[in-house]
Order: sequence, then structure tokens, then C-alpha cells
Amino acid sequence: MIARLLTPHSLRTLLPAVSLAALLAAIFYLQPRTMSYFGLNLLLNLAVPIALATVAQMFILCVNDLDLSLGAFISLTACITATWLHDTPLLGALALAGCVLAYAGLGALIHLRNLPSIVVTLGMSFVWMGIAVLILPTPGGKAPDWIRSLMTLKPALIPFPIIALVVLGGIVQIALMRSAPGVVLRGAGGNPQSVARAGWSILRVKMIMFGLAGLFGVLAGMALVGLTTSADANIALRYTLLSIAGVILGGGEFTGGRISPIGAVIGAVTLALAGSFLSFLRLNPDWQIGAQGAILILVLALRVIINRTAAKS
Amino acid sequence: MSLLQKPWIWSWIGTLAVCLVIIGISGLGAGTQVLSAALSFGTFFVIVAIGQMFVVTLGPGNVDLSIPACMTLASTVAMKVMGGSSTMLLPGLLIAIAIGTIIGLLNFGLIRLLRIPPIIATLSSSFLFQSTAIWYNRGLRVKPPEPLADFATAKLAGVPLLAILVLVLTVIMHVILHHSLFGRAVLAVGQNSRAASLAGIKVERTRLLTYLTSAVLAAICGFFLAGFSGGAALNMGEEYLLMSIAVVVIGGTSVAGGFANLPGLWGASLFMFLLVTMLNTLGLSAGIRLILTGAIIVGVIAISGRRGRT
Repeated sequence: MIARLLTPHSLRTLLPAVSLAALLAAIFYLQPRTMSYFGLNLLLNLAVPIALATVAQMFILCVNDLDLSLGAFISLTACITATWLHDTPLLGALALAGCVLAYAGLGALIHLRNLPSIVVTLGMSFVWMGIAVLILPTPGGKAPDWIRSLMTLKPALIPFPIIALVVLGGIVQIALMRSAPGVVLRGAGGNPQSVARAGWSILRVKMIMFGLAGLFGVLAGMALVGLTTSADANIALRYTLLSIAGVILGGGEFTGGRISPIGAVIGAVTLALAGSFLSFLRLNPDWQIGAQGAILILVLALRVIINRTAAKS
Repeated sequence: MSLLQKPWIWSWIGTLAVCLVIIGISGLGAGTQVLSAALSFGTFFVIVAIGQMFVVTLGPGNVDLSIPACMTLASTVAMKVMGGSSTMLLPGLLIAIAIGTIIGLLNFGLIRLLRIPPIIATLSSSFLFQSTAIWYNRGLRVKPPEPLADFATAKLAGVPLLAILVLVLTVIMHVILHHSLFGRAVLAVGQNSRAASLAGIKVERTRLLTYLTSAVLAAICGFFLAGFSGGAALNMGEEYLLMSIAVVVIGGTSVAGGFANLPGLWGASLFMFLLVTMLNTLGLSAGIRLILTGAIIVGVIAISGRRGRT
């Protein structure tokens, strides 16, 4: 049993979870009070929007594209949530639906014109930011009550963020890894030609994947506003890089449709916890960003070592 | 090949069009002033874009995301070491270049040793560099030595001195790209790295030199930008990430790698600066300006995009 668990392949799969467990253990050791209902709630709260953003980025990476506008997009959806969705729910819901459609359209544009997604999304980040500034010129707005009460839910025994994260990872994992449509969607990232030859429309796949990314981007913005209660046009800009790092930490690859939804959620939580870990260490807050980079490099280095041993055996 | 088929021509046509609009709105006198400003600011875009262009030309997945962090770190350390004293100018420049060299080596080391895509390697290393800069700088803005500030803002017959020097650099890099062993190796690796390696080109050495070039140019750009704008600031490199990539692509360099050109970098840099200026002169609000900038970038790429991926 133990020997089976220690093969390079399973080590590789387990690596994200092991990294997260190690980080959590270190945090519990440094600050035992986090090991409570309340502590875990505080610790993991902000991991929920980051995880949603990471899952959004994962859909894009799955079809061999990269979204450098995700942070700006989530800022925009947060602004819409805190203004229109609060004041005139119908208009807000329509605007958010429009955001999802815009993302699907972006996927179509990138596919039809065969454009580099990096550049298109970099350009779009300006557009999202511009709209966000128009909607909410100064920080403010108010979270709709139902989102606020959902995000501050206090279920018995298990803190809400843990339930939300498990449900998120589970649903996406089943939908993408265990269902028939999921296989086609991932296959389009692995070998577009063969999926196209088999009769599937790559255009549709790209639109669905970008649309899903838009949907989860919207959810991330809503969850974020539910936690912060107000929004501003720059609220989520750092999510772009965090989401890419989260997918890679969780075992995803850049090409070939090799992704892991549960891994992506774990990766996002690891990055979110890295900040808390440092503050418990009483390390200089200047190193917050640096530590995220260091953790990323460390996990990738471990992955290389595991791969090397796999190649040898 | 006729002029219209050159990949860089579109950025220059765009520049000309925006130029005419600006002159149309605010007159010839103001127009020439704007053009002079465009040369000043565009020069800095060109410096980093040259490095980014070589990196992008290496092939799909090659992008240097650590350029802003490299600019910030190199200029912060250089400004602090110089401490505003003009006798320390040369050591300051050397330190900036040394930091660029270290960053380039680290980036390549990560790509090579961890076998990760360059995007992730430069992304994670940039986190480290940015943190180092924050820790080292402590939020202070150290003034550049007087001669550096004078040099960075000097003008020769109305043309910024730096622009002239960078123009010379562009010509040198043009020769390197098309006529030197290194430049041709970069193009070959970008077109087909396996074929290049079978033809005896040292692929890894080419990649190392490319990432070194990019980081050193970013460091030099940061050094002079700090002189130009009155000191190093932690967010000084922010817009250069997007700009370096946008300028390379709008300038007609293929994102798929293997095909690059330098004239387009100048055209695209001037275009990007003039575009923002034009939207400013039109008196639009910040939000509309951002939207139009983004929409025009995406539009230009969507119209001109297809040719690059053949």
C-alpha cells in the first residue's frame, strides 16, 4: 500500500496537497489559535475568491491560452456587484451576464482570427479597467445583502470557506474530468486537430471555455465583494498573476489540456495562506509577494525532482 | 517585397494617422511639441521592447514578464548607491547592468533547471525581484544625480539625446538580428528549435543570451527612466509589461516566433504614446480613455494579426 503511494506518478498528484498540508501545519504550529472554527474562517475567507479566479484561469489554460486580464475583469464584476446589482438587481444581473458573453466572444475572436491570447487579453485588461472606472470612479458601493449573508454564513461544525472550497473543487473536477463533454473540452487543449477531425467544433469549445472562465470570474468578483462589502476599480488586479500561479501550483501545465481542478483550488489556497504564514512568522510584510514567488519556485523544483526520479525508474 | 508588405509598415501608418489627428485638433505648434514628447517617452518603450522582441522571437511561450520588476530593482539599487552624488555615476550604471545580468541568469536558470515555461519562470522570479526592491527601497524616492537627470532630459536641436542614442542602439540591434550569428540563431530557434539544434545551433546558449539581453536592457531602461523622471519609484515599471509586449506585437514581430523586425518597435512605441496623448487631447474621461486604448490595441491586433501565425 505504502509502496503504491510512493510511485512518482502518485507523488506528483499528491504534491499540491502535501505542500498545502505542510503550510497549514506550519501555521498551526506558529499560531495554535488558528486551529479553531473562527481561526480557520478568518484564515481561509479570502481564499474563496482567489480559488474561483484560479478555476477561471484554469479553463483558459486548458485550451492553451492565457488570460492576463482576469484581475481587471474580476475588479469590473466586483464593481458591478457593488453598484448595479445592489441598486437595481435586474440591470446588475444583465450586466454580469453580458460580461460572461463578452468572454465567450473573446474566445471566438481569438480562435477565428488565430490571435495570441496574451496580447488580446492584455489589451482587454484596459477595457475592463476603463469600464470599472466609469461605473465606480471612487472606491465605494455596497454589497447586496444576500451575497453578504452568504459569504458570512456560519454553518455548524465546518467553517463556510472550507465547504465552499470543497464544493467548488468537487463540482468542477467531476464536470471536467469525469463527464463526456469534459473530455472533449480538455481534448481540444490536448490535440485540437484530432478533436476537430472527430467532428467537434473547436470554435464552440473555445467559446464554452472562455464563457466558463467569464462565469467563474463573475463569481469571484461577487464573492470578493461579499467579503469586503465594497469595491473599487483596482480591487482584484493582483488576481491575474495569483490565478496563473495557482493553476501551476496545483499541477496544471501550460499546454496540452493537462489540468487538475482540485489541484487548482489547492494551489489557490496555498498561495492565499502564504501571506498569513509570513505574518505569523513576523517576517517583514515587504516579502509577501516574494514569498509567493519562492513557494511557486519551490514546488516546481520538487516537481522536477519527482519527474526525474520517474524518468529513471 | 513592396513597402506595403513590410510587417512594420502598419505601426508607422497608425503613427502618422494619430499624428495628423493631434495636429488637426491642437495645431502644428502643439503638434511638434507632442512629437518631441513622444520621442522622449517612446524611447523608453523601445529600449525594453528590443529585449522583449528577442525573447518573443524565440518561439511560443517565450515572454519576459520580469521586465518591470527588473527595471524597478536595478534603478532602485543604482539610485540608492549613487545617493545623488555625481561621482558615483559610473558605478551606479555598472551596478544596474550587473543586476540586469544577475536577473537574466536567474531567469534562464529557472527555465533550464526547472524546465518550466518562461512565462511562469519570469513571473515567479519577478515576485522575488519586486519584493527585494520593496524591501531595499522602503518607499523612499532617491533623487538621481544631477548629471544623470540632465543627460536623460537633454535635447539636441529639439530631439531628445536619449532618443538619438537609442536609435543608434536600434541600428546595432538590427545588424545583430539579421547579420550576426546570434541574431540568426534566435530567428532559427524561433522558427523551429529542433531543426536549429540539428543544424548545429547551440539552442540553450542562444536562449541564455536572449534572456540576458532582455534583462540588461530592462535594467538600463530603468536606470535612465529614474534619471528622466526624478528618481526610482516602486511602480515605475508597471506599464512597461503591457507596453513591451504590445509594442513588439503591433510592431509586426510574430508572436509565434521566428520573425522579428526593429523599425516596427519605433513605429509602435510612438503609436502607443501618441494614441494615449490623442485621447487626452480629446478631453475624454479616464475610463473612456482606458477603454479606447484597449479597444484600439485589440483592434489593431485583430486586423493585422493573421499574418504572424503562418
